[in-house]
Amino acid sequence: MKRLVISLITIFAVCMSAKVYAAAVIKIDGSSTVYPITEAVAEEFQKVEKGKTKVTVGISGTGGGFKKFCNGETDISDASRPIKPSEVDLCKKNKIEYIELPVAYDGLAVMVNPKNNWVDYLTVKELKKIWEPAAQGKITKWNQIRSNWPDKEIHLFGPGVDSGTFDYFTEAINGKGGASRGDFTASEDDNVLVQGIATDTLSLGFFGVAYYEHNKDRLKLVPIDDENDTNGKGPVLPEYDNVVKGTYQPLARPIFIYVNKKSADKPEVKRFVEFYMKKGAELSKEVGYIALPEKAYPLGLDRFEKRLAGSVFGGHGATVGVKIEDLLQKEGK
Amino acid sequence: MNRKLLNRFYDRGFLFVGIFATSISLIFLLALLLDVIADGMGRLGWQFFANYPSRKPEEAGILSAWVGTVWVMVLTGCIAFPLGISSAIYLEEYSSKNWLTDIIEINIANLAGVPSIIYGLLGLGLFVRFLNMERSVIAGAMTLAILVLPIVILSTREAIKSIPPSIREASYALGASKWQTIRNQVLPSAMPGIMTGVILAMSRAAGETAPLITMGALTYVAFLPASPISSEFPYISIQGLFDAFTVLPIQIFNWVSRPQKGFAIDAAAGIIVLLIITFVMNAFAIYLRQKYQRKIRW
Repeated sequence: MKRLVISLITIFAVCMSAKVYAAAVIKIDGSSTVYPITEAVAEEFQKVEKGKTKVTVGISGTGGGFKKFCNGETDISDASRPIKPSEVDLCKKNKIEYIELPVAYDGLAVMVNPKNNWVDYLTVKELKKIWEPAAQGKITKWNQIRSNWPDKEIHLFGPGVDSGTFDYFTEAINGKGGASRGDFTASEDDNVLVQGIATDTLSLGFFGVAYYEHNKDRLKLVPIDDENDTNGKGPVLPEYDNVVKGTYQPLARPIFIYVNKKSADKPEVKRFVEFYMKKGAELSKEVGYIALPEKAYPLGLDRFEKRLAGSVFGGHGATVGVKIEDLLQKEGK
Repeated sequence: MNRKLLNRFYDRGFLFVGIFATSISLIFLLALLLDVIADGMGRLGWQFFANYPSRKPEEAGILSAWVGTVWVMVLTGCIAFPLGISSAIYLEEYSSKNWLTDIIEINIANLAGVPSIIYGLLGLGLFVRFLNMERSVIAGAMTLAILVLPIVILSTREAIKSIPPSIREASYALGASKWQTIRNQVLPSAMPGIMTGVILAMSRAAGETAPLITMGALTYVAFLPASPISSEFPYISIQGLFDAFTVLPIQIFNWVSRPQKGFAIDAAAGIIVLLIITFVMNAFAIYLRQKYQRKIRW
């Protein structure tokens, strides 16, 4: 018993004492959408460094990641949307400056069951009609969307309301981030959505294109028409060329890492970011994302080397319709 | 005569209902086990235990996850048991009945029912931020320790309560002091009950994901906490307590949500390992209970 008490006291004393810890660890947290790319880069980077540097990656979500980042708890934050005003303020308050680097493109895929033979394409207006808050309880049948479609129920599937994907989709389709009908099957786990759409012939749903890539035989991809001929005529599929050329709009978005400017001066963080920009294209493709055009990565690297702080999006959060060319132009400045 | 037959009929009927109810849970468990084993068995092998997580499902392993789980479990035990058992002894043997102990008791009973994610928030606010422990093994262990504390306290109290008063009275009659009575009579006799509660609490902690994710335990960690045994003086290192970590449930959770089918197989294999850990712990609880029970002769 005495020993137990002593060991207990020791444990507490150790915890209360000053920090014992100081080794080269790069701390990364944030979006689960960006996670696979950062994980791949971290894996390769640690191989190159041969144990000199340790990298940790968490998945607190874009918002949760920024909270930690702006508290100075992490070196790098994964983000599936640009930084928001409230997060900009928090960072400012804690005197955290950040360098914003786009790392890849993520397309949102709209999907139906392979047995669905009536949907050939959807327009953004039709998507809005299905998903806007006013549709709740009203738009319940396929023929309400287009009159020649069957008089059958429509079953909707989408990501959970806490995800950046949901935020972006609602912003792009309904015009306001987070505004959506509530009567759809929601899951934070995209594999649940895949399963739902694959087993329900009357289903319609959306999620990241990477999940379609790995379930091609069980899902049918729906081309999207934004009825704006200046960025691609007619319905467009979320394929590499269309996303890169900016014709798969408005459902493609760039994803980012944010680097703490102070951390950027640590040699290991500097090496990591340089490695990220060098291998980003190759590794993001490997894990199912759409890489930015070749010239984007050197531009990002340049931005990093010059330590250009701030967001090119002006800190407004989820921004719809960002073409890669515009992004590059802004990045170049 | 008729009455007797009817009674026997009811008796039989109840027996069948009982067997049916039991078998439902068993069938589900069995189905789950078979499904997981069919998916993940092929993936289990030396490589799976010795590799770090990877973007390639065939190369991914659970080294950092299982080592992290062992670290966190051992530490959680070291923190929760002394605290839990001594509070239970105090409440059961020493405390007088007044408003303060009433409040403490109500609180403990309530804490046992609080959703585990709340403990994660507590861990994040108190240990990670306020005490500045960062997202380390020790912060995770303390979070889980608080989570299982009510279970340990309640089961210890139950175990102590079940000791017949005659044992105590006999001990006092022979001139033993209060502490001697507790130390030599009450605790040893209550041990099987305490151990069972403690190990059940541990296996609950082993499977917790939500509080650790909230607290900020990481998903991708490709290194191990520093070893507690070092080659330099003083040969024991506490460095590992402050290292970042991940645990099996978090690794499984991450794999399940990935699009590649290979990760689903990895997740199934991870689940098998986690199940084995839980089974071994529960088996150990039963073994300990048997062992101590044999010693007790009233």
